[in-house]
Amino acid sequence: MLRAALPLFGLPLAGAAATEEPTQEPGSPDEPPAGLALFRWQWHEVEAPYLVALWILVASLAKIVFHLSRKVTSLVPESCLLILLGLVLGGIVLAVAKKAEYQLEPGTFFLFLLPPIVLDSGYFMPSRLFFDNLGAILTYAVVGTLWNAFTTGAALWGLQQAGLVAPRVQASLLDFLLFGSLISAVDPVAVLAVFEEVHVNDTLFIIVFGESLLNDAVTVVLYKVCNSFVEMGSANVQAADYLKGVASLFLVSLGGAAVGLVFAFLLALTTRFTKRVRIIEPLLVFLLAYAAYLTAEMASLSAILAVTMCGLGCKKYVEANISHKSRTAVKYTMKTLASCAETVIFMLLGISAVDSSKWAWDSGLVLGTLFFILFFRALGVVLQTWVLNQFRLVPLDKIDQVVMSYGGLRGAVAFALVILLDRTKVPAKDYFVATTIVVVFFTVIVQGLTIKPLVKWLKVKRSEHHKPTLNQELHEHTFDHILAAVEDVVGHHGYHYWRDRWEQFDKKYLSQLLMRRSAYRIRDQIWDVYYRLNIRDAISFVDQGGHILSSTGLTLPSMPSRNSVAETSVTNLLRESGSGACLDLQVIDTVRSGRDREDAVMHHLLCGGLYKPRRRYKASCSRHFISEDAQERQDKEIFQQNMKRRLESFKSTKHNICLNKSKPRPRKTSRKKDGLANTEATNGKPRDVGFQDTAAVILTVESESEEESDSSETEKEDDEGIIFVARATSEVLQEGKVSGSLEVCPSPRIIPPSPTCAEKELPWKSGQGDLAVYVSSETTKIVPVDMQAGWNQSISSLESLASPPCTQAPTLTCLPPCPLAAEEPQPPFDLPYDPRPSFAFPPSLAKAGRSRSESSADIPQQQELQPLMGHEDRTHLSPRAANSHWCIQFNKGGRL
Amino acid sequence: MGAAHSASEEVRELVGKTGFSSDQIEQLHRRFKQLSGDQPTIRKENFNNVPDLELNPIRSKIIRAFFDNRNLRKGSSGLADEINFEDFLTIMSYFRPIDTTMDEEQVQLCRKEKLRFLFHMYDSDSDGRITLEEYRNVVEELLSGNPHIEKESARSIADGAMMEAASVCVGQMEPDQVYEGITFDDFLKIWQGIDIETKMHVRFLNMETIALCH
Repeated sequence: MLRAALPLFGLPLAGAAATEEPTQEPGSPDEPPAGLALFRWQWHEVEAPYLVALWILVASLAKIVFHLSRKVTSLVPESCLLILLGLVLGGIVLAVAKKAEYQLEPGTFFLFLLPPIVLDSGYFMPSRLFFDNLGAILTYAVVGTLWNAFTTGAALWGLQQAGLVAPRVQASLLDFLLFGSLISAVDPVAVLAVFEEVHVNDTLFIIVFGESLLNDAVTVVLYKVCNSFVEMGSANVQAADYLKGVASLFLVSLGGAAVGLVFAFLLALTTRFTKRVRIIEPLLVFLLAYAAYLTAEMASLSAILAVTMCGLGCKKYVEANISHKSRTAVKYTMKTLASCAETVIFMLLGISAVDSSKWAWDSGLVLGTLFFILFFRALGVVLQTWVLNQFRLVPLDKIDQVVMSYGGLRGAVAFALVILLDRTKVPAKDYFVATTIVVVFFTVIVQGLTIKPLVKWLKVKRSEHHKPTLNQELHEHTFDHILAAVEDVVGHHGYHYWRDRWEQFDKKYLSQLLMRRSAYRIRDQIWDVYYRLNIRDAISFVDQGGHILSSTGLTLPSMPSRNSVAETSVTNLLRESGSGACLDLQVIDTVRSGRDREDAVMHHLLCGGLYKPRRRYKASCSRHFISEDAQERQDKEIFQQNMKRRLESFKSTKHNICLNKSKPRPRKTSRKKDGLANTEATNGKPRDVGFQDTAAVILTVESESEEESDSSETEKEDDEGIIFVARATSEVLQEGKVSGSLEVCPSPRIIPPSPTCAEKELPWKSGQGDLAVYVSSETTKIVPVDMQAGWNQSISSLESLASPPCTQAPTLTCLPPCPLAAEEPQPPFDLPYDPRPSFAFPPSLAKAGRSRSESSADIPQQQELQPLMGHEDRTHLSPRAANSHWCIQFNKGGRL
Repeated sequence: MGAAHSASEEVRELVGKTGFSSDQIEQLHRRFKQLSGDQPTIRKENFNNVPDLELNPIRSKIIRAFFDNRNLRKGSSGLADEINFEDFLTIMSYFRPIDTTMDEEQVQLCRKEKLRFLFHMYDSDSDGRITLEEYRNVVEELLSGNPHIEKESARSIADGAMMEAASVCVGQMEPDQVYEGITFDDFLKIWQGIDIETKMHVRFLNMETIALCH
């Protein structure tokens, strides 16, 4: 097939190539010197990238295979499996090619494989946790690494002096110190790979992981200093050089951090101006972070530190600036790259170990190193922790120390560094390589395998994976402020004081400078959590309830992108919705129009979920902009649809609460129970269907006991019902008045969704249709009755803020409790229809209903409302339902 | 001599009551005097002199908590007009780090005490419940640092938090059940699983740092 197609496309190309071919590659074997080549095999031109792609593919496939069995991956860390796979592959390559190939090259490792992992860990580092424990992390990273390097080096030298290392290992004290410096550093890749699966508590994790990241500076400095000393020869080293070594420690670490911060600043600043070119936002993040890495590497500063600081520093501002989609893109790309790099590193480590030409074995050295590494690590941790615990508010206990000692994994950094050694200057290089390989394998495989059981056995405090809750966030903020205040009162400028200061500074200057204004405005942590929770709830709801959709092959609805519409409109929406008790509903897109209304009806007709694209599909052909295409719009609509469905289960879910502080209902009669029972009986379904449905059912089924049941309905709906207020126009009413018959009704909003068989049978089905209509109608407000108190409060602000009050006659489209109709003995139905603005606000009505039993102060207001319903009832319903409210009528209409 | 003796007696008594070391008490006493202007008691106005407090968005609530009888363990409601040094220590002892020597039960007790302080701060009318009103109030103050966030957003956040609290504490509610507010038990429930140990401690006081602040 491909061959057949090739000539067509490849003709001009191949021809051009063929003419140039002889001059370029005269010795090309199976290529005719002239003439048209139909097919050419050009392996050498693509070899390098092809091999890279192949290796990554193999690694990814291996990952898939590993994860096929849950049991294996739960017991064995992935890094172990990858190393073992690397060993096997290396063996195969060795057997086939008779020489070791595809090894872990230090250049590749440092320039391409390491940066993504470090960037990922820096960018997604929990910064608060990191800075909370910065003291401990720095201690372990600097003091701990120095300690490990020197003690290990010196002890190995002692071992050699004692004659336990074979004399063929020619190494001086400096050589051993060099080796000690490269073998002592805890490796971020290995630590991350193992600890991510272990889930120890956050503090422990951040200490071990932060140490592994920050000790890079120390490792690099030590390695370079020792290496240059070794190259100079120990005799030529002078006192000034030692001083220089110490100075370079500061230079390398602080310089690296500074480079990182500068690039973080640049990155944040750049993303501030990408509003019109969203598409390059993720690219910028990667480019500048990589530039930071390369710059630091170029200046021989600590590149790992640079990228870590860059990621850590820029995240807050970048996340605020870039669009939601870019954020997702950044996240996934980063994770993908890091995971790729990690996989390849471990696999290549395995492959590299096979090459026996590179290493030479000495049991004394290997065993000695293993022992000293473990021993001095443990000793160092204990000593440092003892010192740290004098200062820490929350001391690290013994179990933590054990895990910390045992979690000191060595990895690819050590291996790459040892490969970089110069054999002519360090005669014992081969032995060091072998030892390093053994150490790395031992720590990754043995310790990696055993750390999980160890953690379990020691009952280390695990991290609890609870979802972030709004309460928690609020309380934590309060705590922060309290602590800062107490420090102020006590007059002790401690950590909280400085954090508070920094936050003030950040808020005042940095954020203003680095954040887009629109982002800065709504930027607040609490707000962020709130927003995220809303989205999460909505998504999870769609996930659960959206199975109907998935059957039609539609993807998960995209979240409303925060950047364009939502950024401004979320606040607007909030303002509009007053108390905004509708926790999750605010994610509904705000664009509402008549067309949307039609759409909603359509949706129902199409059995909710079956989507019929009725807008012309606009092909997106720009490479620079992602236009909001039909798919997205479609998603949004489906999202809306799902939200509507969600409303129905509103009561049965967690919103089943009443937040107002009203007294317990006085009237909990057995009648209510009856009403309930009836409802359930007729519905054949628990009463967590929409309130409308229940109301409707009750009305139809037991017209006799209507009043009672209705009143009971009133009461419970008072508690947890939902009010839908559509304040579009008075259309509904007027149409209802004029036509009196639903079939001739001109507006699609009024047309009841054509009742299916199921709808006739199942009342709540029709409720759904009605819901669909109301929710998407113009300036809809969806407020659970639970929040009446909130409504009542913010009612005044609403009246001034929300939609034009008087020009369009506001309408109560759907009114669940209708307490008045039920409880009022003689509702004055014959008052004329009066579209006064106050009708628009259901809370007043709802409140009226609620407080009826307590006081009758609201009666005038209720009476204002009566005409509405009375009128509706008269036009549409049989007299039997005269004292019902007119949301019922819609149900009935649906069931005609 | 006698005065000095009785002073040290007093200090020993305070050590027993609040768990601070005598060094710390001495430090705090110095600070107390500084705040009160050498008076035996501190009034609310004295806290206005602390310049760093000014930026704190919930400072009024915090200062209020200092005078809250419940926190002073003097009654179930109401505010004290002024607090003496012992009361001051009582308040401060809420923020003492957990001792390593404490057993599990004491740690739990300590945790509860700390949470109670926070709870009292929220529950401004001392009725044992954080009502929606009170919660909103706190959230509004918390967010008052950001002028761009409207009160309505703060409200809706509080409402959302309240809903969440209700769902955590009560779970599935009966149709006619009313959630009136977060009680202290509910409050504890919300905090379940959250590591408070790292969150409500202030390092008390090495001599040097205090000396610097004079």
